[in-house]
Amino acid sequence: MSTVTIKKITKVFPGGVRALDSLDLTIKDGEFFALLGPSGCGKTTLLRTLGGLESPTDGQINIDKEDVTWKSPGARNIAMVFQDYALYPHMNVKENIAYPLKVRKFAKAEIEKRVSQAAKALSIETLLDRRPGQISGGQQQRVAVARAMACTPNLYLFDEPLSNLDARLRLEARTFLKQLQRELGVTTILVTHDQSEALALADRMAVMDKGQIKQVGSPAEFFHRPANTFVAAFIGSTPMNLLDGVVRKGVIEIRKTRYPVPSSIKKKVKEGQSVVFGLRPEYAAVSKAGSKSGFTGKVRVTENLGTHYLVTVDCDGLLVRGTVPDGNEPKIGATVSLKPDSGRVLIYDKNSGDLI
Amino acid sequence: MSKTRTISEKSMSERVSTAIFIALVVSFFLLPLIWLLLAPFDSAPSYRLHLSNPGLDNFKEMAQNPYAYRSLINSIVFSAGTGLAIILVGAPASYVLSRVKFKGRDGFLYILLLFSSIVSGSAAMVPLFLLALKLNILDTYHGVILVLTGGLLPAAIFILKDFTDSLPKSYEESAQIFGASSFRILKDIVVPVIRPGLAVIFVWTFVQAWSNFLVPFIVIRDVNKQPGAVMMYSFYNEGGQAVIRTVAAFALLYTIPIIVMYYYVNKKYGFRFYGGIKG
Repeated sequence: MSTVTIKKITKVFPGGVRALDSLDLTIKDGEFFALLGPSGCGKTTLLRTLGGLESPTDGQINIDKEDVTWKSPGARNIAMVFQDYALYPHMNVKENIAYPLKVRKFAKAEIEKRVSQAAKALSIETLLDRRPGQISGGQQQRVAVARAMACTPNLYLFDEPLSNLDARLRLEARTFLKQLQRELGVTTILVTHDQSEALALADRMAVMDKGQIKQVGSPAEFFHRPANTFVAAFIGSTPMNLLDGVVRKGVIEIRKTRYPVPSSIKKKVKEGQSVVFGLRPEYAAVSKAGSKSGFTGKVRVTENLGTHYLVTVDCDGLLVRGTVPDGNEPKIGATVSLKPDSGRVLIYDKNSGDLI
Repeated sequence: MSKTRTISEKSMSERVSTAIFIALVVSFFLLPLIWLLLAPFDSAPSYRLHLSNPGLDNFKEMAQNPYAYRSLINSIVFSAGTGLAIILVGAPASYVLSRVKFKGRDGFLYILLLFSSIVSGSAAMVPLFLLALKLNILDTYHGVILVLTGGLLPAAIFILKDFTDSLPKSYEESAQIFGASSFRILKDIVVPVIRPGLAVIFVWTFVQAWSNFLVPFIVIRDVNKQPGAVMMYSFYNEGGQAVIRTVAAFALLYTIPIIVMYYYVNKKYGFRFYGGIKG
């Protein structure tokens, strides 16, 4: 149980790639924290730097009050679960779980006790005598978690632990992991490229891009108030509408469409400012043409999302997406209007990309 | 399903002619082996397949030669010594070459491989002799072992590197996070996982050293230190005729250690490889 403080961490790889760029982050005690980002954004490098497998070019990492920046991985009392689980093929499950304890010179009786505890917690007692090659992917994942758990670390690091599982198993493992983390109450950092995983698991999360953190917050904040256009475009199962517009006389002009500047930000925008109008398709209701506020255009594509249809509307050459409940979907080519849910409209500055 | 179909699809005559062809090829390679099994026990062996008055007389006669058995012991010393030296030097070297990336690494490996065939080949005979002379290792066991090791090491490193390459890095990294030292990781994780690879290399080196004629022929002067491969060429009578009785008995004894070792190593370590586990 620890607080992790990362101060101005920079990692430049030989060859000049800046994987981490003066990054600051604090992870609270007992928190399930997810690092999310596109591939190559530096999230795995950050995790490996926390684990001590990479040494930073600059900056400082503290676990609780202790500076661990230059400590060896073994001296940090952390446990890491790798994407491929890194179970040793020549040891059986029991030996695998016991190995870190053996390295740390625990007494035999204590090792036995901890192995059976961990095995029980993850319901893998019946597998103890098997080799990793003889058990399924889901079971291997549990063994890897059990091995990490048996060390009673201050911090868990998970490097995409679910990505090697098939879709069904992944959902099960996700629920299970979340529950386990709640019970153990140990600070956990998870790296993933799968946003649904991050949104579902994390108490708080960070989205990274090009070695920098774009936003830190709760999953709900990410969904409802993305701090900038990068996060807005990255988060969400359907891509957010991000439409270029200009502020003129209290309205935002987006091609021929005019949308009143939301009252909450009226004082923050200037006349003639270039902005980006952000709206999740989930908050843009499609209705028959005729309503005055909102976008009007012809339906280009409709996509079935199960309970809803995702409708792509061509508004003066601008593609805007909205949703409509299953059964009410318009025909392709029909003229419809999209009415934004006014409370959900987000306006970003065009130049900085930040939320106004 | 598909297997039974392909068999039934093939015509009978095609299968018969294939079988006859294979039988001919097999017998071509099998005849010398049968000779090797029969001739040592034949009271009057010749170059034909023949067995009369079977007994152990040939072995008794071979024992009359004071150097014959001794040479097999020497062979074991040379081969096992070379095998151990290759493992001790080659395993760490291949591990480093697998884990540390530097510019021109692959080129370096291929050049190494090229050297391998030169050092123990006949092209390097004279310089090798001179080198051994200057180093004062002529006529010594370690002299032969060093030259053989030098010759076989590059190829061994090349093959071993492939084994270490397929060892996932996460194995070592996870052990590192658990607090294991580098030596501990090598001992507990790396060596056990690539052990079948080490066994393959040991057997391969052993066989290469066992059958090498040139190196001990150049380096060893003292007949007491000569290995079986060189000894085999000394079984002549005063008239310059090969003594087939001794040669036959010796040849059989000469092959046995290789077969026994192969069997033992295969049983104990198995020529298989764990590799990484896929989820």
